[in-house]
Amino acid sequence: MSAKNPEAWRNDAYAKVTGKAKYTDDIKFPYMLHATPVYSDYIHAKIINIDISTASKAEGVVRVLTAKDVPGTNKFGQIIKDFQIFAEDKIFYNGDVVALIVAETRKNAIDAAGLVKVDAEEMPAILDPEDAMKEGEKIIHEDYGTNIINEHKIRRGDTEKGFSESDIIIEKDFSTQFVEHAYMEPEAAVCNPRHDGVIEVYGSMQHPFSTRRFVCALLGAKLSDVEIIGTPMGGGFGGKDDTAAIVCARTALAAKLTGKPVKTMYKREWSIRESYKRHPYKVHYKMGLTKDGYIKAVKCKIIADGGAYCSVTPWVTWRSTVQCCGPYVVENVHCDTYGVYTNNVVTGAMRGFGSPQMNFVIESMMDIAAGKTGLHPVEIRRRNMVRQNSITITGQRLDNHKVAMEEVLEAVLKEFRYEDKLLKSSRGVSDSDELYGVGLAMSYRGMSLGAEGVDFCSAVINVQADGSILVETGIHDNGQGSESAMCLLASEQLGISIDKIRYRRPSTSVIPDGGTTVASRGTVMGGGAVVLASEKIRKKMKPFAAKKLGCGEDTIIFRNDMLTDATTNKSVKFDEIIEEMYSSQMYPHAMGIFKAPKVTWNEENGQGNAYFSWTYGCQAIELTVNKTTGKVKLLNAVAAHDTGKSVNRVMTEGQFYGGMAMGIGYGLLESLNQKDGKIKSLNFNTYRIPRSTDMPEMKAIIVENADPNSPSGAKGIGEPTNELMAPAIANAIFNATGKRYFKLPVKITNK
Amino acid sequence: MKAIINKKEITIPDELRDNRLVEYLRDVLDLTGAKNACDMGACGACAILINDKPAKICHSLIRDVENAEVLTIEGMANPDGTLHLLQQAFVDYGAIQCGFCTPGMVLTAHALLLENPKPTRNQIRKALQGNLCRCTGYQQIIDAIEAASVNYSQY
Repeated sequence: MSAKNPEAWRNDAYAKVTGKAKYTDDIKFPYMLHATPVYSDYIHAKIINIDISTASKAEGVVRVLTAKDVPGTNKFGQIIKDFQIFAEDKIFYNGDVVALIVAETRKNAIDAAGLVKVDAEEMPAILDPEDAMKEGEKIIHEDYGTNIINEHKIRRGDTEKGFSESDIIIEKDFSTQFVEHAYMEPEAAVCNPRHDGVIEVYGSMQHPFSTRRFVCALLGAKLSDVEIIGTPMGGGFGGKDDTAAIVCARTALAAKLTGKPVKTMYKREWSIRESYKRHPYKVHYKMGLTKDGYIKAVKCKIIADGGAYCSVTPWVTWRSTVQCCGPYVVENVHCDTYGVYTNNVVTGAMRGFGSPQMNFVIESMMDIAAGKTGLHPVEIRRRNMVRQNSITITGQRLDNHKVAMEEVLEAVLKEFRYEDKLLKSSRGVSDSDELYGVGLAMSYRGMSLGAEGVDFCSAVINVQADGSILVETGIHDNGQGSESAMCLLASEQLGISIDKIRYRRPSTSVIPDGGTTVASRGTVMGGGAVVLASEKIRKKMKPFAAKKLGCGEDTIIFRNDMLTDATTNKSVKFDEIIEEMYSSQMYPHAMGIFKAPKVTWNEENGQGNAYFSWTYGCQAIELTVNKTTGKVKLLNAVAAHDTGKSVNRVMTEGQFYGGMAMGIGYGLLESLNQKDGKIKSLNFNTYRIPRSTDMPEMKAIIVENADPNSPSGAKGIGEPTNELMAPAIANAIFNATGKRYFKLPVKITNK
Repeated sequence: MKAIINKKEITIPDELRDNRLVEYLRDVLDLTGAKNACDMGACGACAILINDKPAKICHSLIRDVENAEVLTIEGMANPDGTLHLLQQAFVDYGAIQCGFCTPGMVLTAHALLLENPKPTRNQIRKALQGNLCRCTGYQQIIDAIEAASVNYSQY
């Protein structure tokens, strides 16, 4: 499908804009049953009995599943296997699922859910991570032995000395809130037991391979007995990992035990109640500077509310630790980070993964430091920011890529006219009803998983006999357009018109585990694998072309659907070579595997080459605050990000705008309103995500410095754009009102 | 009872009048473009056009479209399968990411442009206030609608 605007090409646009795209709830099978989860009123309790007798006899109910029906293991997880798929002996948070009703209609199932009776002995709920950490506090997961899930630290230089050499010391406390991903499509799964014994799973989930592991664990099945089939997904933002896999697992169990296809489609309230959230952070931050504004030392303590289960808390808090001083050179750093169990809603991966919280802290601190030193907020950043060959706080020298910190900063300053606007900011004084302010924030971000995980991806390019091409990678499209990016890369690498390339519907039965689509790693890792697979295809094709063109293999280039001898310009059609290859049984099929370059990490002192490359970003916003009502109106926002290489400009810009919107929600609007362990904002009437009328006009500036460590040159864009609006807003609000807010979301109070 | 759905007149048995419209469209007519994402009229993913006006139908009943002209996303494209100019604009301006809000967005925008073929960007924002999008930040959606509006004056 060639778009009228080739820079906006997406393989799935036609299906989505015509309503033809089938998301999980759009899929139907004959004789399909419906499943719904059952929750309890408890926050933290010892289960005495789950009485499903009445529910089992309700109209249309086929079966009611509980932990007792699990043939495999009921507890799973990516790091610690503490995540209950069905609540068994205990309830650890208000979103724990005690049973699954399987019925003929969804209405039957929902009606029967209210008939399940849960009898439990209530235990005190531990809702504050600082309480949970205290000596003698009740241990939530007894076999783990402590409420501290994990710790990370940085011990660099000598902070005592650094503080003693500082002219100015600033010490502040910050806190951030739980955040709901609020993907427009709630969790959903359709599981179909195939005649050959394989359970097919269609679902809204971001990591098909992890989902398969969860399903197989619960069912006690072999990996080859379960096939996860890629399905168009209505957004993920990091939020469709554990919970989404668990929804699929429960549904798969229902399908296996009833022998029928089963669908689970989540209501919004279940999704918000049960699914994991972004970690709220409490940060105590101490910064010492010289009177010239050079940072001499930083000491910080970061406490992340890990909620009821571990999920990926150790990895999220690791990134926060590595990036705890922002894009600045600091020689003396003492950081302690804790992920802590509580009986709050589970917390896990969300776009940014530990960076939105820390950037709010650091970029607020930098503006505070500007105030205290009398320096311009841009100048103080210039004096401390990383440059080419700078050494990061984990001792990594930034020398294997172009450090674009200054470039993105300059781009924003120029486009936004920040300096002028800063001078016009009200600082609490205005003749009119409106106070005006601008704010800026910048960051750097380590690419992909870093030392958190095993980082590789694979891609298969399968050229058909007629020259048309099927591409498949281990990266899963959440809606961001990764499938399209892979096709565009293959098109560029093979010199083939995009119309001849199709992304094959993905399945876990075909390609090796490509890891999860997180960490903004899709284009870097999947794209890297596509580039390597393309190289192999080119290598297989070259001998045939060389023979035909009477030239050496070295001079052959691939473009315009041809293979051309660059020296003579003689060409042969791509399709002709393919035909010959098939006749000779030399198949143009290749798998590329891209392994991320090695990274290092020392747990003891938090030093190492944490990420194989870095990306740089800067954002600014202007706003007004009404003096009487405190209402904030966002006027205009600008962002510049070094994306490495942009594969599809329009899609890249889409990531800018979407990330900024989410950052705006984080900074100003979004709150779950948890009270006593129960979430009060369970739907969009009370959980406020930005609407079209909340959003300012935005400008996206793509800075391209192809990354030498990424075969496609791409760096990653999904998360960098999400981590800066909140501090930019906090800084703008200070410049407008003269008041600094240390808590997110910012709620303007009149003195 | 009768209703005209995507220019086709259909007859619906009277005993179904009090059933949910969104379920009828999705499960019986296989018009799955309209989605139920919040079930309380707060997100707009279920929006369709009833007599050229946008309507969130997550709580509507079948009787609500008796004798009415209903347009769902499946009815926007031309009979030969080519896209309506508004749909094409969404494609060209990158207004589609995950696509879940897209059917509701396109239809709501279409209703706006039929009424006001020269909206300002702020008027577009206001018209879309009831349609939530988590992916795009609305920027490219507004760009697409603004670009398409040029051709609506010809209606």
